[in-house]
Amino acid sequence: MKEKKISRRKILAGSALAAGVALVKTTAGQLVNALVPEPIPKDPTKQLGAPQGKIGTRSRFELLEKIPSDTSSRTPLHLLNGTITPSDLHFERNHGGVPAIDPENYRLLIHGMVDRPKVFTLQDLKRLPSFTRIAFLECSGNYRTGKETMTPQQICGLTSQSEWTGVLLSTLFREVGIRPGASWFLAEGSDAAVMTRSIPLARALKEGMLAYAQNGEALRPEQGYPARLFLPGWEGNMSVKWIRRIEVSDQPYMTREETSKYTERIRDNKIRQFSFDMDARSIITFPTYPVTVEKGWIEIRGIAWSGRGKVQKVEVSTDAGRTWQLATLQEPVLDKAHTYFRYIWKWDGNATEIASRVTDETGYIQPTIRQLVEARGIDMGGYHLNPITFWQVKQDGRVLLRPEKWK
Amino acid sequence: MKKLLSLVIVIAVACNQRAELRLHDGKAVSTALPVFDLGDTKVDSLIEAWDIDVRPDGQGLPPGSALPADGKLIYQQKCSNCHGVTGKEGPMGALVSAVPDTGRAKTVGNYWPYATTLFDYIRRAMPYNQPGSLTNEEVYALCAWILHQNQLIAEDFRLDQQSLPTIEMPAKKFYVPDDRTGGPTIR
Repeated sequence: MKEKKISRRKILAGSALAAGVALVKTTAGQLVNALVPEPIPKDPTKQLGAPQGKIGTRSRFELLEKIPSDTSSRTPLHLLNGTITPSDLHFERNHGGVPAIDPENYRLLIHGMVDRPKVFTLQDLKRLPSFTRIAFLECSGNYRTGKETMTPQQICGLTSQSEWTGVLLSTLFREVGIRPGASWFLAEGSDAAVMTRSIPLARALKEGMLAYAQNGEALRPEQGYPARLFLPGWEGNMSVKWIRRIEVSDQPYMTREETSKYTERIRDNKIRQFSFDMDARSIITFPTYPVTVEKGWIEIRGIAWSGRGKVQKVEVSTDAGRTWQLATLQEPVLDKAHTYFRYIWKWDGNATEIASRVTDETGYIQPTIRQLVEARGIDMGGYHLNPITFWQVKQDGRVLLRPEKWK
Repeated sequence: MKKLLSLVIVIAVACNQRAELRLHDGKAVSTALPVFDLGDTKVDSLIEAWDIDVRPDGQGLPPGSALPADGKLIYQQKCSNCHGVTGKEGPMGALVSAVPDTGRAKTVGNYWPYATTLFDYIRRAMPYNQPGSLTNEEVYALCAWILHQNQLIAEDFRLDQQSLPTIEMPAKKFYVPDDRTGGPTIR
């Protein structure tokens, strides 16, 4: 197909891409300029490498992709090593698409039960004393099961972690002055759903923030550019993206996202509402489907987290849950943050099941799906499901999910 | 140390700054943050344009009114493609169910605890492909039609600022606050 290389080295010198432009023939027989990946040299020490670039690249051998659906997009947890999610792989859950917002025109209105209702520009927000923390975010509808050939990304890829920078709500609210008697506020996004949630004021004031940066750069549009609410440990939906308005009130607004959605059926036909906290959860991310393992030493790896505080311990079972051993936690263990765990295991080649379970600093132990059903009833809703995930290790080394069924 | 701390607080209060305690390396330290006095106090036009929320007590409902029949045509034109001809068929979320309904679909009739949410949500987010395009009269009409389809209001019920918040939603009695607390109990 390649007709002629046109001064490849010259092009490479002006391009950060590990690719050259070449004349290639289309199926219609036309000659066109197209990007063709550089062939990989047999010995990279014998060929001048690509020049420095304006933007870094990801190796062409690393195919890291989210799995998008109509409403969300899932982080490839099983392809990551560590606890900071690359920003372009952070999960998404949108209710009216990703809006395009010019930061010059961005405004945040704070009104309601405040002494001084105000409109802030993005520059105003950035001038206020800032705050940075690493914390996970998780959609409360983050559990899928049903077949053996599922990856951690498909099971619970609606969680990611970033370093967030912005203004603490306690700092921001000082600029407007909260009136006595105020107990909630409405947070409203400027997406096509103009999505709203009611947030309890007292707890949001403890550690909630208005974030404008993620992993050192401005928020990605998918994560709320130019500014979002960030409430560590609470279900992701409350951390309203593209936030444009905060109305302080003495009662919740009972918006659609806190009544018809983000509520769950529990026992006795009851519907649980305002279930904010993300309970502790862990998942093995290696070895899992689709990898195949060999007999011998295997380092079992994964992540654990809790919306209620720090991970206290993670235990790993290599005998289908009969016995549990302590895994090593990667320091530092942060509050309300993905924590990496490891456990060295010698696989004898016999079929078994492996799993991890976390205990958080409140003493909460990650439950099995059966314990959740016992607690919430057979008709339990799909939010806030955090069961122990078991992986079948087959005799031939294939690792498959153990699907759960409760109906 | 205590003395120093209270001194800082006194100074902070004297300077019209609120002192706050923060943890630093496990120790409480006092940081007095000033009020930066940023932000524009001219907010009226933005409140007028953006403050569209409706609370369960009816605060935020605009003037206007409609009967269930007023919503039939708008529903067919703008909603039925996603929610079905009678509101039961989908393909997107079913809105209508017989009362009492034991099916899985979470509808306005069997799951929504407040009628005011219907107005708030339709006005801000629907139709999905033309969000925010409906007039207040159209929103009242759609709410009336959907509530009537769910047998929650009679066909001569006039929906308006006063009457909408008075509608008793059957699902409200099922709602309970979160009882999970962390600790050893699974809930």
